[in-house]
Amino acid sequence: MAEIVLMRNFSNPDSHTLNAYRASGGYAAWDKAREMEPAAITEEVKKANLRGLGGAGFPTGTKWSFIPRAHTGPVYLVVNADEGEPGTFKDRYLLERDPHALIEGMLIAARAIRCTKSFVYIRGEYVEPWRRFSAAVKEAYDAGLLGRGFDVVIHRGAGAYICGEETGLLSSLEGKKGWPKIKPPFPAIKGAFGQPTIVNNVETLACVPPIITRGAEWFAGLGTKTQGGTRMYSVSGRVKKPAVYEAPVSITLRQLIATAGGVSGTGRLKAVVPGGGSAAILTADEIDVAMDVDGLKVAGSMIGSAGVIVMDESVSIPEALMVLARFYAHESCGQCTPCRESTGWIYKMVHRIVERRGHKDDLDTILDVAKRGAGTTICAFYDGAVGPYISYIEKFRSEFEALIPHA
Amino acid sequence: MTDGAPSTSNRTPAVQAALVDPAAIVSFSEAQLGEVRRLQSLYPDPRGALLPVLHMAQETFGYISLEAEEYVATLFDLSPAHVHEVVTFYTLYFRERPGRHVVAVCHNLSCHLAGAPGIIAHVKQKLGIDPGETTEDGRVTFLAVECLCACEAAPMAQVDDRYELNLTPEKIDRLLEGLR
Repeated sequence: MAEIVLMRNFSNPDSHTLNAYRASGGYAAWDKAREMEPAAITEEVKKANLRGLGGAGFPTGTKWSFIPRAHTGPVYLVVNADEGEPGTFKDRYLLERDPHALIEGMLIAARAIRCTKSFVYIRGEYVEPWRRFSAAVKEAYDAGLLGRGFDVVIHRGAGAYICGEETGLLSSLEGKKGWPKIKPPFPAIKGAFGQPTIVNNVETLACVPPIITRGAEWFAGLGTKTQGGTRMYSVSGRVKKPAVYEAPVSITLRQLIATAGGVSGTGRLKAVVPGGGSAAILTADEIDVAMDVDGLKVAGSMIGSAGVIVMDESVSIPEALMVLARFYAHESCGQCTPCRESTGWIYKMVHRIVERRGHKDDLDTILDVAKRGAGTTICAFYDGAVGPYISYIEKFRSEFEALIPHA
Repeated sequence: MTDGAPSTSNRTPAVQAALVDPAAIVSFSEAQLGEVRRLQSLYPDPRGALLPVLHMAQETFGYISLEAEEYVATLFDLSPAHVHEVVTFYTLYFRERPGRHVVAVCHNLSCHLAGAPGIIAHVKQKLGIDPGETTEDGRVTFLAVECLCACEAAPMAQVDDRYELNLTPEKIDRLLEGLR
């Protein structure tokens, strides 16, 4: 039986309360970390091989170490709770069912980066998660865990996928539209309100207390050579038991689908999105792949936010791409021309293909437009759209062609 | 029309509403202004409180009219254009008065695979309106929205503050009947 770390408290109906969290050993990691040197905390997280679980997979301890040592002004910790990647719902569970795990992770991270103020950016649609997390923050203030050298401000978003991109999030936090910013400077050098800032995902921070309590070696040992720990896989689509599943990051996609009860619908697998809507699609014979950052990279896709969307043989791949293309057209922030123009244009083309009004050269045009724009924009949003555009068409081209008159 | 007076018919519905709707004449109470100052004090630059204060404005006035934008701009010493740019960027700010209830059905991939198109068609038929529209009696605004991140319980919708999961036509009927 694999170890359950992040979801260890979920079966307790009171898991969101401070009492229940303390009763299960909560805040012991903070008690330990407050006696540690900040650099020692960062070192421990580095050795644990913790990698960002929001999408980019960057090594967390390394990110923390980028805060300039000579900086004497404020440093901010910004929690990215703007969950929005299609097929992902893990942070919602953490915010609702174990908010103190996040608060404890924040306390420890703040000590590591010498930060006294944190902003938690929660997507605006997440009303219940926001209520639960706010109640937990109040409990933590009342108990003296917060407010003694470390403050937490909860900031609600207002509906924009791009604010999950860390620099878009910072623009939004600063009271602007959520336009991403050019990097460098990276947020660790010049982030929120112009100050050095660490932006971490909810689940990433929830991993920190167990690392401190049980040690970096234990955490690293749960995973692969380049990524430690377990993570929460959101599994949805055509599976018998859609849910969030925690597993070591070495689990294969095939094992994960079996864990979720196997393929529903026709029972025969056609394709899988392994890491949220922006991950390149995998075919049924590409699922013997490890679900860690590097395993998916080797497979030509990405683990992203670990949102797994399963498609059985009855699913129309062109229709699935149309749904995603509509999403990218809607959510492009409009700042960079290639993204703003291509997402709309490509949606139009995929849409007319699905409606059997496609033009003979639409598929090649989509591939050409997608490839030309990749890597030319300020943020990773457009590259995230290009992954699906190219992989869906290249791997299932005949299915698209069958819909195009005179193709 | 000879002296340059603009024809009202050229104005967008939002502009017209802002001009004629008495509810669009906006201001916060003293207590709310205190809350605005408290929110502004939480950020290194008070402007950080713009989104939270716009949420307050929407809760208070029902939607964000052009007058509300101008009013909020004065509270931040910002140009109304900046506030307008922010309001129009995000999907959760309504620029016209929404219905008393908002039914937002997810149409992204996991919900699509679980039958969202049928759910959307069912709501359309029940309410007699398309996504983006409000029923004539002002009861319901119907939206089709992007991923709300409850894919394990697809198809789903947000009805006002609540997530309604594992939708079926029957469940939709019950939900809609409960909205007054």
